[in-house]
Amino acid sequence: MTAYLIKGVRLLGGDPADLLIADGVIAEGPADGAEVIDAEGLVALPGLVDLHTHLREPGREDAETVETGSRAAALGGYTAVFAMANTSPVADTAGVVEQVWRLGREAGLVDVQPIGAVTVGLAGKQLAELGAMATSAANVRIFSDDGFCVADPRLMRRALEYVKAFDGIIAQHAEEPRLTEGAQMHEGEVSTRLGLTGWPAVAEEAIIARDVLLAEHVGSRLHVCHVSTAGSVEVLRQAKARGVRVTAEVTPHHLLLTDELAASYDPVYKVNPPLRTASDVRALRQALVDGVIDIVATDHAPHAVEDKECEWAYARPGMVGLETALPVVLSVLGEQWDLIAERMSRAPARIAGLAGHGTDLTVGSPANLTLVDPSARRVVDPSGLASRSRNTPYAGTTLPGRIVATFLRGEPTVLDGKAVK
Amino acid sequence: MIKHLRSAADLDAETATLILDTAGEMAALAGREVKKLPTLRGRTVVNLFYEDSTRTRISFEAAAKRLSADVINFSAKGSSVSKGESLKDTALTLQAMGADAVVIRHPASGAPHRLASWVDGSVINAGDGTHEHPTQALLDAYTMRSRLGTLAGLNVAIVGDVLHSRVARSNVLLLTTLGASITLVGPPTLIPVDIAAALSPATKVSYDLDSVLPGADVVMMLRVQTERMQDSFFPSAREYSRRYGLDVARMRKLPEHAIVMHPGPMNRGMEIAPEVADSTRSTIVEQVANGVSARMAVLYLLLGGKA
Ligand SMILES: [Zn+2]
Repeated sequence: MTAYLIKGVRLLGGDPADLLIADGVIAEGPADGAEVIDAEGLVALPGLVDLHTHLREPGREDAETVETGSRAAALGGYTAVFAMANTSPVADTAGVVEQVWRLGREAGLVDVQPIGAVTVGLAGKQLAELGAMATSAANVRIFSDDGFCVADPRLMRRALEYVKAFDGIIAQHAEEPRLTEGAQMHEGEVSTRLGLTGWPAVAEEAIIARDVLLAEHVGSRLHVCHVSTAGSVEVLRQAKARGVRVTAEVTPHHLLLTDELAASYDPVYKVNPPLRTASDVRALRQALVDGVIDIVATDHAPHAVEDKECEWAYARPGMVGLETALPVVLSVLGEQWDLIAERMSRAPARIAGLAGHGTDLTVGSPANLTLVDPSARRVVDPSGLASRSRNTPYAGTTLPGRIVATFLRGEPTVLDGKAVK
Repeated sequence: MIKHLRSAADLDAETATLILDTAGEMAALAGREVKKLPTLRGRTVVNLFYEDSTRTRISFEAAAKRLSADVINFSAKGSSVSKGESLKDTALTLQAMGADAVVIRHPASGAPHRLASWVDGSVINAGDGTHEHPTQALLDAYTMRSRLGTLAGLNVAIVGDVLHSRVARSNVLLLTTLGASITLVGPPTLIPVDIAAALSPATKVSYDLDSVLPGADVVMMLRVQTERMQDSFFPSAREYSRRYGLDVARMRKLPEHAIVMHPGPMNRGMEIAPEVADSTRSTIVEQVANGVSARMAVLYLLLGGKA
């Protein structure tokens, strides 16, 4: 194994220092024979961890594969991603989750941890074999029907209870389905003007309120996916104050973009949950800073061209996000490096119980890290993305920060801003 | 002149007035023996209809033909569209055919906006989803102006299913641009959230038709689809009709000069009583004739004609 001496890097934005990597861990000198990387002006962060990625394999390899998604993740500074279960076939058995996990190992660019479906076929009728997925080689701990809400309250209760046997966690896509029938965007002024059926904030807030009460009742762990409204933040704030075991995520796009963008009718802005109002964006930013929202998760949702270059109503919801997540968060939070490390690496690893990631870069720790150039500015060019899909809302936008290098267990997956393999 | 007419919001007061004035000149033509102008000879207008609407299609077709344009009717039924050809593919075909204007009717809101990004010609929205129908608003405004002399200062009540009505949205935008005041009337389930903020601050909302009628110069009744009843927007057709239907007794509450409009097709006996629809206050038949004149004006001006 090659040793690397990262010279003059600022750990979490602190004073410049040298960081030695040897045998896959952060090491102490001497650095004889180590390959030297000049890191002047760069900031080192623990490798980012994404709790919410759609990799599309198996089933929609034309939009993304485990390998192309892994490369996009590495280029975004990630060392671990959690692959959502809404593939085809659905990841609702030990066989499918092991397949995804194995594909991730073969790609070798990030650790790919499958998320298992809560219900068979994401149909919301019957629990999937959660225990078999937990004890499979993929070692699944997070379960989600993401894309759909586990809407049946009794089934949600059972799922929350059942996963206690193996310290599992239910990650809920909070969307009351009857309140969002036909919904195309956030319900409000803009949807009224555009004549697009609204997705009301209360459809998210009502499910989160119900679920935190259920989690409290049975003493289980709940994780709320892609929180998008100010009202949801208030529900979470109260639940956390009472001691409910709930964690929550927000996407980079919900921290930056608003529903006004739908006025173009360009489906690149169509996402589920939808982009909300400026006051929601303000509340989400504040909640991320004060910890009511625990983490940033990308909801990276690659789609083929024909699924986006069409009428708004017919387009699939979702945007790619792995390669732009850190720059977007930087633009929102500024250079609060410790906060960024907490929300994008430590906390997601802790919530998922993922060993070896999200650890501080101290001697003996696994060398999972990323190097960022905070002074760089980049114009997002969709054709330059490593993801197989191009549905980014930031095309032509200038974002701060550039991922210069990413290391997974001491080996570079990205160097000089380019994927190593 | 603007290039596309995707929304009534594309029109400022000056442009809208020019269209209405031009529509007046076009209407004068209808009284002549030869009802044709050579203005758009050699130009191609495509009627791209993804939704059945014989009335609107024929109105646009008549308008284009009276201006001597070549008209191609492209219906989604029985074409490659139903075999899964995308709007973009169709747009590229129309582009190759050299369409100067595309009149599009589509069940998805915003389809004309998408189309306009893929073709060089003018795009005219002939109704998109629950969004807008701007030429309907122009013909309505033209009808009001010819009956009442002016639009500035008029009190217009739009009554019924505003939530799903593209006609209502376009009328609110156009009429407030031209100085009218709008009151939207209907059950709260059928009046969209934040409507005034969304469309125009000069918009009021009322849930009580009887209190609005004495101050109205124009009452525009919208078509109510009985399917809305199944979806619990209102309890029953009878209750709807009693609370929001325009019958003879209600019509008597209107000022002497007030007119009654309906974009058609009507549910006689539901939102409008037959005696009201057939009364001298009703402009329903004129609206159809004015539709051709208004659409002629739009095609003429968008395709580079001079007034
Ligand atoms: Zn989701």
